Amino acid sequence: MNALSFLLNSTIGKKIVMGLTGLFLISFLLVHCGVNSLIFFNDGGELFNEGAEFMGTNLLIRTVEILLFAGLILHSIQGLYLVYLNRKSRNVSYHVNSGKNSTWYSKSMGLLGTLILIFLILHLKHFWVTSRFTDQITGGYTTLFDEMKVVFSELWVVILYVFSMFSMAYHLLHGFQSAFQTLGLNHKKYTPFIKKLGFWFSIILPFLFAMMPISMYLGWIE
Amino acid sequence: MSGNMNLTLKVWRQKNSSDKGRFETYKMQDISPDMSFLEMFDVLNEQLINTGEEPVVFDHDCREGICGMCSMYINGRPHGPKDAITTCQLHMRSFKDGDIIVVEPWRAAAFPVLKDLAVDRSAFDRIIAAGGFVSVNTGNAQDGNNLPISKVDADEAFASAACIGCGACVAACKNASAMLFVSAKVNQLSILPQGKPERMQRVRAMVAQMDKEGFGACTNTGACSAECPKEISLSNIAALNREFLMANLIDQEG
Amino acid sequence: MSINSNIPEGPLETKWTKYKSTIPLVNPSNKRNLEVLVIGSGLAGSSAAATLAEMGYKVKCFCFQDSPRRAHSIAAQGGINAAKNYQNDGDSVYRLFYDTIKGGDYRAREANVYRLAEISPNIIDQCVAQGVPFAREYGGMLSNRSFGGTQVQRTFYAAGQTGQQLLLGAYSALERQIGMGTVEMYSRHEMLELVMIDGKARGIIARNLITGKLERHFGHAVLMCTGGYGNVFYLSTNAMGSNVTAAWKVHKKGAYFGNPCFTQIHPTCIPVSGDHQSKLTLMSESLRNDGRIWVPKKAGDTRKASEIPEDERDYYLERRYPAFGNLVPRDVASRAAKERCDAGFGVGQSKMAVYLDFKFNMMRYGRVEATKQGIENPGDDQILALGKEVVKEKYGNLFDMYKQITGEDPYEVPMRIYPAVHYTMGGLWVDYNLMTNIPGLYALGEANFSDHGANRLGASALMQGLADGYFVIPYTIGAYLSKEISTKAISVDHPAFEEAENSVREKLGKFISIKGSKSVDHFHKKLGKIMWDKCGMARNEAGLKEAIEEIKALRTEFWQDVRVPGSIDELNPELEKAGRVADFIELGELMCMDALDRNESCGGHFREEFQTEEGEALRDDNAFSYVSAWQYGENNWTLHKEELKFENIKIAQRSYK
Repeated sequence: MNALSFLLNSTIGKKIVMGLTGLFLISFLLVHCGVNSLIFFNDGGELFNEGAEFMGTNLLIRTVEILLFAGLILHSIQGLYLVYLNRKSRNVSYHVNSGKNSTWYSKSMGLLGTLILIFLILHLKHFWVTSRFTDQITGGYTTLFDEMKVVFSELWVVILYVFSMFSMAYHLLHGFQSAFQTLGLNHKKYTPFIKKLGFWFSIILPFLFAMMPISMYLGWIE
Repeated sequence: MSGNMNLTLKVWRQKNSSDKGRFETYKMQDISPDMSFLEMFDVLNEQLINTGEEPVVFDHDCREGICGMCSMYINGRPHGPKDAITTCQLHMRSFKDGDIIVVEPWRAAAFPVLKDLAVDRSAFDRIIAAGGFVSVNTGNAQDGNNLPISKVDADEAFASAACIGCGACVAACKNASAMLFVSAKVNQLSILPQGKPERMQRVRAMVAQMDKEGFGACTNTGACSAECPKEISLSNIAALNREFLMANLIDQEG
Repeated sequence: MSINSNIPEGPLETKWTKYKSTIPLVNPSNKRNLEVLVIGSGLAGSSAAATLAEMGYKVKCFCFQDSPRRAHSIAAQGGINAAKNYQNDGDSVYRLFYDTIKGGDYRAREANVYRLAEISPNIIDQCVAQGVPFAREYGGMLSNRSFGGTQVQRTFYAAGQTGQQLLLGAYSALERQIGMGTVEMYSRHEMLELVMIDGKARGIIARNLITGKLERHFGHAVLMCTGGYGNVFYLSTNAMGSNVTAAWKVHKKGAYFGNPCFTQIHPTCIPVSGDHQSKLTLMSESLRNDGRIWVPKKAGDTRKASEIPEDERDYYLERRYPAFGNLVPRDVASRAAKERCDAGFGVGQSKMAVYLDFKFNMMRYGRVEATKQGIENPGDDQILALGKEVVKEKYGNLFDMYKQITGEDPYEVPMRIYPAVHYTMGGLWVDYNLMTNIPGLYALGEANFSDHGANRLGASALMQGLADGYFVIPYTIGAYLSKEISTKAISVDHPAFEEAENSVREKLGKFISIKGSKSVDHFHKKLGKIMWDKCGMARNEAGLKEAIEEIKALRTEFWQDVRVPGSIDELNPELEKAGRVADFIELGELMCMDALDRNESCGGHFREEFQTEEGEALRDDNAFSYVSAWQYGENNWTLHKEELKFENIKIAQRSYK
């Protein structure tokens, strides 16, 4: 067996794929959050629309987008496959399991990930499909900012988005530092810093994301 | 004696590996807090023998926390409610009068139940046989002091080598992953200069065997280390991941 | 059968080297056809199995545990001796040899002990090469500590888990061979009979403990690496499964049993806390480096240790043995503790314990630390806190273990300790080649009687187990196997196998069919009590005679009234125990006979009738300078004597004063 297929077929290799795609998705989140946070300038979406326009038309970004989808699909499928394999390894479950030895969210990455995936389908339909596959925005009938206002005027959508950001927060809370552990990037001096960074990243980012629908729904952003 | 306890035990009973198994409830009376958990099981078995029932089969040997043979999942935790000890070191003073104690065997596809609470952990031996050694025949050795090893490295290698192979890590992990066990051995031998020449081969062989045995993947929940009676550190797992990645990506022989 | 120790001629210093280079060799192609059965997978067993396989022999290794890594060698804490003289403190092969002979109270064979001392440095090198993480100094060099009965620092260690690390080293060597297919491993298998054909050991009957199936295995040679029989006392520091069964089976087939009454009582164990107790836990002898042993000067003193002022404490070891103090050999320390407790000076609830107190040395370390850290005028509390850290670094795991078992914190109050059965110097009689008197049957490690005389020094058991397995048997087995190259593997359908298997099956069936009223443990506890009371730390003629009668009665009762549940064709620990206890009962009787025969006190064997005015052991070198080798007979045992000659050491009254 050649080294690469051996690597990718091993449990560790599968996890390394999870870690790499996870970190890649994290980098996307950072950009996504950065651009979207432009709405908080409360300038009627002017800056945000400019940013969105750039992201939607720049060739490099569009290319990376393909990679992003590939990464997302790989992360999801591999993740679910690992859940399946891991279930098989613990074929009989315990009658009593105290669970105090680890956090609930570290043991629920599959569930949290699935919730995020369901959210993403809805989220993509709301914005990505609208901006790419209809002429609503390219045709100048509306702007992405206005589209946000429309989508976030529905209470259930806002609640769903906020709930999903909790899933995201917990998924990141474990996933961020776990990716470094899986890639073997640990060091007595730097690991504590990575853990701290991961912690704040996992709180601040979903918080900002969650504030977007909330702000729009409550009319804080005009 | 004052301070003695009455307890209810719910113990997993299973005739053999093909039996479905079930819980049985036993009342234990007048249990001294100075008794070890396994001594309480001795008392139970004595009772069972005297009433003509089959005693509970459980693995145990040294009863001083080093052989790694004892293996009970007690009230939802491997080796019971206290940290950093084995079942044989658990004493009844950690329980109180009236407690209900549920005792199960290790649960993992790679550790099939043999009978009652005894499981087959030979998968661990096969992992070591695949590469958990330094290939040095008797008589090959040079003087022990010809290889200076810094105290830091020696101490770290020792901390990893302290693993007793009990399998609590696998039992605790929701994925029944053996990564802590494997990483402890890989890391011990890759820190020491003696183990370096074949470190790449070693990690590939051991991980391949680990996967073959049907242990799950590590999802870094940390349950293994939290339940490890010898407190083997999670940093071993990171080191294993790194070692494995290097062995496959960089090593030209891989 | 005559008794011939086959010690090579020539001066002590060159015996082994010269002999080694003259032992016949077996060429590699013949080795592939020679099969060796190794019974037991502790230090001796794994090291022998691995090394013989490396050399090219076909090896099968058996252990009753679920993995060879569980063997009880793993529990050895303190360390392993080697005459490396790394500390430049005057150590040498001769000095290690001398210390061991003297420590054994002049009841060991000079040639064997000298060879052991000579080999000892190679063991350390081999273990280091395997990746055993011995303790190191900051400069990267191996660290040493002191142990009882010596005045040099020659003990190598890995925290308080030296046995574990050495065993895991040997285990990994063994697993390597298993992985290569040169050793077949049979875990959860128990040897229940030796198969002899034409007077030679040719195989075994083993029971697969999971299925209960009896298996036949052929071997050109059989190596007994089955450990000691301390569990004859029921309570001991041995593992629950440690047993004499395999050794006893070969004894009953004709192998002599050497010095069965030589048992070592370890001075520093956690005292018994109640009737439920199933085993005793050792606190490493290395603790005596930093702990001072004392009892109150006033008998029956009920005050807490902390309330007893310094001048009302009796540091009896320092008082009686100023030269060695707390580091006297084990037998001496044990007896002194017993003497104090019997005289009413014991401490704790049971009054059967003495204090092992670390405070003095914690303060000493604390002051050194304070100086190192440049703390001026530190307070007592601060010094103590610093000292505790040092002690924690050295013995942390032992202190934790003590706390776990007793519920007391040894950092705050002194440990309570009492002697407990720990090691058996006696065992199968072997010659210089480690072969028993049955051709092709060898005994290694604690299972043989050879190197420790009447008392073993600390950190020497690991040394002997590994010496036998790594460096002795690989050479000496050639003397026998070189003559076996034309012996084809014998089919296990041979009538001798058939007969042996049937006798085992019959005996197992017998246990089940008795259907008596008492559990196996009941008998084991009763045997243990007889042995401890009458053949323990102190023995006398009347007691031993009583014990023999009591054991005979117990044996009859056992075979009439034992209850073994379950069947023979399943995993049945009660059945396993029944077999082991039945053998212990027979062994117990032989131990008492041996103790009765030896009308002297030496090492671990203390006959109350034979002591000096100060209560020290009184040897009788003229009458008893021999190894007792007992031959089994249907009705009684026959004693053979192997004279011990001391040509290189001047026999003297052992003094540690």
